[in-house]
This record gives sequence, structure tokens and C-alpha cells, in this order.
Amino acid sequence: MTDNGESSHASPGWAIQTQGLIRSFGDHFALRGVDLEVRRGERVVIFGPNGAGKTTLIKVLSTILNPSSGRVMIGGLDLKSHAEEARYRIGVVTHHTYLYGNLTAYENLQFYSRMYDVPKARERIHDVVAMVGMTSRLHDRVGTLSRGMQQRLSIARCLLHKPAIILLDEPETGLDPQAVPMVWRALEAEGGTEPSIVLTTHNLERGFELGERLLILAKGQIVYQKAKQALSLAELKQAYQDYAAGGEWDSGAKF
Amino acid sequence: MGFWRKVLAITWKDALSEVRTREVVSSVLVFALLVIVVFNFAFGTRQEVVTAIAPGLLWVTFAFAGVLSLNRAFIPEKEQGCLEGLMVCPVSRGAIYVGKMLASLLFMLVIEAVALPIFAFLFNLPVLSLQIIVITILTTVGFVAVGTLFSALAVNTRAREMVLPILFLPIVVPIIIGAVESSGLALSGKAWADLSSWLQIIAAFNVIFLAVSFLVFPFVIEE
Repeated sequence: MTDNGESSHASPGWAIQTQGLIRSFGDHFALRGVDLEVRRGERVVIFGPNGAGKTTLIKVLSTILNPSSGRVMIGGLDLKSHAEEARYRIGVVTHHTYLYGNLTAYENLQFYSRMYDVPKARERIHDVVAMVGMTSRLHDRVGTLSRGMQQRLSIARCLLHKPAIILLDEPETGLDPQAVPMVWRALEAEGGTEPSIVLTTHNLERGFELGERLLILAKGQIVYQKAKQALSLAELKQAYQDYAAGGEWDSGAKF
Repeated sequence: MGFWRKVLAITWKDALSEVRTREVVSSVLVFALLVIVVFNFAFGTRQEVVTAIAPGLLWVTFAFAGVLSLNRAFIPEKEQGCLEGLMVCPVSRGAIYVGKMLASLLFMLVIEAVALPIFAFLFNLPVLSLQIIVITILTTVGFVAVGTLFSALAVNTRAREMVLPILFLPIVVPIIIGAVESSGLALSGKAWADLSSWLQIIAAFNVIFLAVSFLVFPFVIEE
């Protein structure tokens, strides 16, 4: 381990590395030894049925949950000892917006820019709000915005500090179809330096379109992964059927 | 410096939200005033009776008002997963605790600042003395330090309105006893030296429970 917390074993090319990641809730194992590596600038899409462990994986990677065992490295930083530093590098969007309904869009983003020590926060807030097409509603209370608008604002919140790693857990919740391409353009164009993106979704078509590497998570394990060039959508659908959707599903199975 | 800047950002966010909604201060203040009025009718205004029971009445009022206020402390964080939003920010869990605690302390002090003069007026007692004000501030710090921790614990339970007082009140019994005893001495015109042992107990409680709550809070919100 170096002085700044970067592991001597971590490859500089990896944005995310997990080794033997296990997360349990009581006697239920949500993740059962996940080994995941995401290169810098890579877009990885994780598919899986309900209860597969997708949300738990995102929560562990975003430091909301601690792993029960195993190792997680974010940008070369071990989360066990350098979680706070690693959080500067992470942006998270989930189906929860993380926004306060009683505050305006601007006040929410101002609050988060203080939390992330965003320099020139006022300009940055206007930039990210413009990226998601919400400038006209900047001074409205979040509680008065539609679900889709709140989700767009949530994406602006995620982009505020120019994260190197963007974790997306079903980010299209509530977005209307016209808003989805705009949001993806904002995520891809962010900051000039291409961020690594990990996306979980049920939507095979959308995931296939966006991902460079496609994974299937089932019963807390990565059971399938392939680069997009080596795969057609039909093959992905077949693989999903074989690995995730087929058979009797037992989300409460013991490890 | 970064720690305190983020602590104050959390406190500012809660205060701004409260200014908008007035959910905590106004409703808890009305509750506190109603309790004071009910006590006033129940016990009359005979000076010797009132002087004897006033410290107890005052701290029963503040304790119940505090429970009501603290019950609301983490509810905004549950809506839209905002607590998770705080947890992914580059800030220690301890800073989240201190920021939330300072906001609750601010709300409680505002409630007490309004309730104390009304208590003084209705019971014709000198509760606006420096001694009572110091006791109130000191006790409220300890009360809120423990209450913020238990509020975070209770917010994930279904019957949180019941869970918080059941878990929390037994823990703060020493500080409430200290507050009642020292307030009684202050109301009977004793000097600071006579109050000092109780004030020291309250201060020691504050230091211990602030430290313990600060250290335990990360485990409470992570699991």
C-alpha cells in the first residue's frame, strides 16, 4: 500500500476491482464471491433478474454498504481504509433521487457541491443543469417536479463533481423516452475525461446498446460476461434466458 | 476545516428545509405550550406548590417535546433515499451525525427559547435566569446527542414513534435528573457553587455520550 492509499497490487488501468466480494444480510447471501474488473473509461452493463444482487453490488461499490468479506478497490483505493477519498471519484444514480423535496433544485445542487468541495460551484451547477435540460426549473422546489424531472436532476447531482466512475442502478426510472438519449449524452460527455460507467438494468436492448462489456449476475454471482463485439443481441437474450431467467428462482438461497 | 464545512452544510440544509416547512418547530412548540397550559390548570398557581414541582414540569415538557422533535430528525433523509445520498458523499459518517445533531439542537433551543418565557409568565417563576438558561442549554446538548443516535436507529423501524422514547428515555434519565435537581436549586435562589456538582454530572454525561454516539453512529446507519 502506498502513502496515498493506492494498493501496490492494483493495476493503474482499473477503475474498479473486486476480489471475492461477499455481502450477506443475516443468513441470506446477496453477493457470493463477485470478481469484477472495470477498466478506466469502460462501460460495463450488468443484467440480472430481481434479487440477483445488482443493487447490493452498486451499494457496496458506492460505499453505502460494507462488504461482508472480500476486497473492493475504487481507482486503486482500498475501500476498507480509504472510502472517504474514494467517494470523490464516484457518482451514483439510482431509482432514489437523493434529493430533498422541500429545497429547490439549485439548493439541492448547492448542498451537494459543498459536500463534494466543487470549485466554482455556481457555474458548475448551471452547467450540469443545462446538460440535463432543467435550466428553466432550477429555482423550483424539487417536490413540485415530475418524477422524470427529478431523475434528470439526480443525474445532474451525480455529475456535479466530475466523477471518474459513474454507478447507475436502473437510472432510467421515470424518464420519458425522449429524455433518455439526452441524459446518456450528458453522462458520456461529462468532463472531457471519459468516465467508467457501471450500469445495472433489466432492459436488455438498452443495455446492449450502451455497454462495451455485458455481464449477467444471478444468485449473487457473475455467471456470464462477454465483450459486446463478440455478441449479438439475440445471443445476449439467449444467454439471459439460460443463465438468469430460466429455472426456478430462489432469491433466498443459502450460500 | 473540511469536516466542519460539511457539518455546517448538513445543518444549513436541515435548517433551510425547516424554515420552508416549519414541520418540527411549529408543531413541537404548540405541543410544548399545550403541556405547559395543562400543567398550569392542573396544579394551579399556589406559589409553594408551583415552586416545588416546577423543575419537574419544565423538564417533562422539554423531554416530551424533544422526543417529538427527534422523531422527525431522520424522516427527510429516508424520503428519496437521501441518507444514502449523504453516505456516498466524501464525508465521514461522524460529520453526518454532528451535522444532524446541530440541526436538532438548533430546533430544540428555538422551542425552549419560546417556551421558557411562557412558562415563566404562567407559573410566575424566575425561569429566565442565567442559571436556568445555562442548565437548559447544557441539558439539551446531551439530550440531542443521544437522541440523534437513537433517531437514526428508530427511523428504519415500523413503529418509530414508540421505539424512540422506549430506547432513548431510559438512557437520558441521569441527565434529566441532573436538570431537574439543578433547576430546583436555581429556582430556590442557590448560588452557582451549589449547582456545580449537578452541572458537572450533566457535562460529563454530554462528553461521554457525544463521544459514544459519534463512534457508534456509522454502524447504526451502515447496517
